[in-house]
Amino acid sequence: MLEIDGLSVGYGWTGRPVVTIVRDVSLTVGTGEVVGIAGESGCGKTTLALAATGLLDPPGQILSGSVRYQGTDLTSLSPQELRELRLTEISMVFQASMNVLNPVMRIRDQFLDAMAAHGVESSAEARKRAEETFDLVKIPRRFFDAYPHQLSGGMRQRAVIALALVLRPKLLVLDEPTTALDVVVQRSILQSLNDLRRDLDFAIVFITHDLSLLVEIADRIAIMYAGAIVEDAAAKDLYQRSRHPYTNALMEAFPPLGGDRRRLEGISGQPPDLRNLPIGCSFAPRCPRVMAGTCDEIDPPTIGRDDGHLVVCHLYSEKEAPVG
Amino acid sequence: MNVRAVLSNPRAVLGASILAFFIVIALLAPVISPYSPTDINFPIGVGPSWKHWLGTTAGGQDILSQLIWGTRASVSVGLGTGALICLVQLVTGIFAGYVGGLTDTASAMVTNVFLVLPALPLLIVLSAYLQGSGGSGSTLVLIGVITITGWAWGARVLRSQAIALRNRPFVEAARISGEGRWHIVLSHIVPNMLGIMVANFFGAALFAVLAEAGLEFIGLGNINTVTWGTMLYWAQNDEATLMGLWMWLLVPGLCIMLFGTALGLLNFAVDEIANPNLRRD
Amino acid sequence: MASAPAVVGVEEIAEPPVLEVRGLTKHYTIGRLGRGKTVHALSNVDLSLERGEVLGLVGESGSGKTTFIRTVLMLDRPTAGTIRVNGQEPVPARPSASRLREHRRHVQMIFQDPYSSLDPLHTVRYSVGRPLRAFGIVPRHEQKAAIEKLLAQVGLVPAGDFLRRYPHQLSGGQRQRVGVARALAVHPSVLLADEPTSMLDVSIRLSIMNLLLELRSSESLALVFVTHDLAGAYYMSDRIAIMYAGHLLEVGPASAVMGHPRHPYTRLLREAAPDPDGDFGRDTRFEVQGDPPDLTALPPGCPFVPRCPFARSECETALPEWREVGAGHRVRCVLYGGPDGTAAFDKPLTTRGGPDA
Repeated sequence: MLEIDGLSVGYGWTGRPVVTIVRDVSLTVGTGEVVGIAGESGCGKTTLALAATGLLDPPGQILSGSVRYQGTDLTSLSPQELRELRLTEISMVFQASMNVLNPVMRIRDQFLDAMAAHGVESSAEARKRAEETFDLVKIPRRFFDAYPHQLSGGMRQRAVIALALVLRPKLLVLDEPTTALDVVVQRSILQSLNDLRRDLDFAIVFITHDLSLLVEIADRIAIMYAGAIVEDAAAKDLYQRSRHPYTNALMEAFPPLGGDRRRLEGISGQPPDLRNLPIGCSFAPRCPRVMAGTCDEIDPPTIGRDDGHLVVCHLYSEKEAPVG
Repeated sequence: MNVRAVLSNPRAVLGASILAFFIVIALLAPVISPYSPTDINFPIGVGPSWKHWLGTTAGGQDILSQLIWGTRASVSVGLGTGALICLVQLVTGIFAGYVGGLTDTASAMVTNVFLVLPALPLLIVLSAYLQGSGGSGSTLVLIGVITITGWAWGARVLRSQAIALRNRPFVEAARISGEGRWHIVLSHIVPNMLGIMVANFFGAALFAVLAEAGLEFIGLGNINTVTWGTMLYWAQNDEATLMGLWMWLLVPGLCIMLFGTALGLLNFAVDEIANPNLRRD
Repeated sequence: MASAPAVVGVEEIAEPPVLEVRGLTKHYTIGRLGRGKTVHALSNVDLSLERGEVLGLVGESGSGKTTFIRTVLMLDRPTAGTIRVNGQEPVPARPSASRLREHRRHVQMIFQDPYSSLDPLHTVRYSVGRPLRAFGIVPRHEQKAAIEKLLAQVGLVPAGDFLRRYPHQLSGGQRQRVGVARALAVHPSVLLADEPTSMLDVSIRLSIMNLLLELRSSESLALVFVTHDLAGAYYMSDRIAIMYAGHLLEVGPASAVMGHPRHPYTRLLREAAPDPDGDFGRDTRFEVQGDPPDLTALPPGCPFVPRCPFARSECETALPEWREVGAGHRVRCVLYGGPDGTAAFDKPLTTRGGPDA
């Protein structure tokens, strides 16, 4: 239902060269599927999400590739057409809920506004729909008439999710929706999301740096590094048989909650400057399995696309058992 | 706040140019002034001519020379008093705000008192009281009076900024690192609010220049010195308009206005640069 | 048969705890005079720390864990309670400037946000050198060498390169290392780390945690590692303490608290935490009722009552006493009143099938 094909996104200011933030990313999201995108800060995941939902503003610009939603190329649509798609077909939930909710408007007014903008004329009808959605996200109805600051952080985030779902979109894109929230609230929101998805049948793109969350809720997971996807597989596959050294290191970086305690290593160095990417594989300078002469000179190939477990790495080749 | 930001702001450039112009004149006064400003041997009340570009006063002094030396006096008193005001605000606003507690409460109370007192009447009353009669006042008293009336408003702004900085982690880290209070204020607080302090300085200097000119105009300054304000005083006193000596009246007034405008422009511009929310692009 | 006084035996003089906190309480008022509310940020916390020990202080936002650090450091004045370092006299409520400095010679802090804990206008050399200067640790001519040694200790090598850098030229992880170097400059006995990794990228977190563990050994530091991340606490800590609404609810060896969490809140946290090794796609429901605590209006008795599935009437009237439930493992809950510390009744917190965690 969402097909991103060879998308490259950059930021360009007048008088300065364009910085490519997202490099040649391809990703598909099937109906009702949960796709997770994991990566650390600066890997381009948020820019990817903005471009994929048509929310990219200048100085951001799409450099090449396409984003097809149910066959229609989003990059070719006018702002008006994009606006119509928003909330009714594609919705997005951001990290800081207070950035979305107008602090001086009651929650119900923001809902009614959003719905009126999308053609739900009767306010009685709108209110009914909104309250139903409130029930679905488990916010007591009495908060419907409240101001955002009267709700706790967790409630606000649920309200934002409700706002995103009130017009029953087919695709929900969430960018770090629970990062600022406590662990208990996070867990219940994730659970609610799962329930909602089953009830309302929409696809989810879940963007986060916390891979351990994705491993639990996603069907597929894509790992991003320095603007490109380095591995893309079914969640179980990724967890049990991760291929890319970065994915491996990332999974190792989450200490376990119990059992034997042994020393774990992080990843040395830091992510590259996107304006100054190293030649060859962008992870080579930090890779524990780097092959000098290959990884630092030649761009790594994309292996396993037909396999359902894609990896961009010199360690692997097609049709054979993985070298690594 | 960097040089490029300053140079790309038209208000800053304009203000800085005018300010620079006046400062240069002030510095070069002994060199560029055609005559001594107090020399009274020139023909009285002559209009602009080749020998006297702006004419002469009713007392036979060359107006241009007066203007140039007046610039030196007014600019130095204006900027100097502005600096003195900032110094007072450093203690009453920034230091007190950082330290908090009783010091801050006391300082804030005093600030509020001075804020409430109307500046203009206070200026006049204080000057009149301290200067004695007949215009035999001293420049020092003038500076003192202006400082007393002018420090309160900026102190409030600086104080709230200092309080905001006080709670920043790196300031708390400095406390834990054992640094003394004044050291923290001077090394951590002040450098991180430099933009506001500079803007505030221009505001204070503007007040000082206008207050100085105003007080001198009504004779509460030292009328034996040559400043823009005293030129106006004498021009008015000696009925320049009746004599048709427009230059005598206009030009000092124009200088005050231009200099004031420059300070005002810089005040806004630096504020804009320091606070990106105010930018107009 | 000597007439010398009998020596009954040789006993090693116990070293006093490096940090001993008793009854630490912090309330502050918000709002205007007369209409103000009291925020009970910290209530009666007892904790002690031995040399070389890492204590993980775990809690959500509003639990009081940051307030704990701030009051131990005397950044905020405690409302009640005593703080003793190395068995010395407790820090007075209103310490003199010199007493405060003496205190900070032994107790230092690492801040959460690497982006605002360093003055953006000063170099690394300046920031790390300040405590050396302020406390007179080394004479002036030795300061550069001392700073370089500290930078090397925290892994910023070659140290000479980093001296002249400004914070904006460093990555988040590097800035945090500078913060550690600065804290280490005075050779403190206790290091209080306020969520030092929560604002760093995942791949960097471990290296900072490992650094702190190394320093614990090399400098014989006692470390309080404040976090909301249970897994991080488990990785780092010898003991774990759980806080909720300003109260300490459970303290014990890390493996015990994580392996056999006793307090219902601890078990809730354990359930809620993302488990990288956990079952795939949990089928079990996670239900939690009630609202997060309101620190201005805490109920009498146990603060967890509104959300506790096991709450009984006695829980609402008074805060439960501490009960021992294992070696060095104590919990503040009526469920554990049995003579051997076993639970009065034992029901899984959620409807998870299988043995209780």
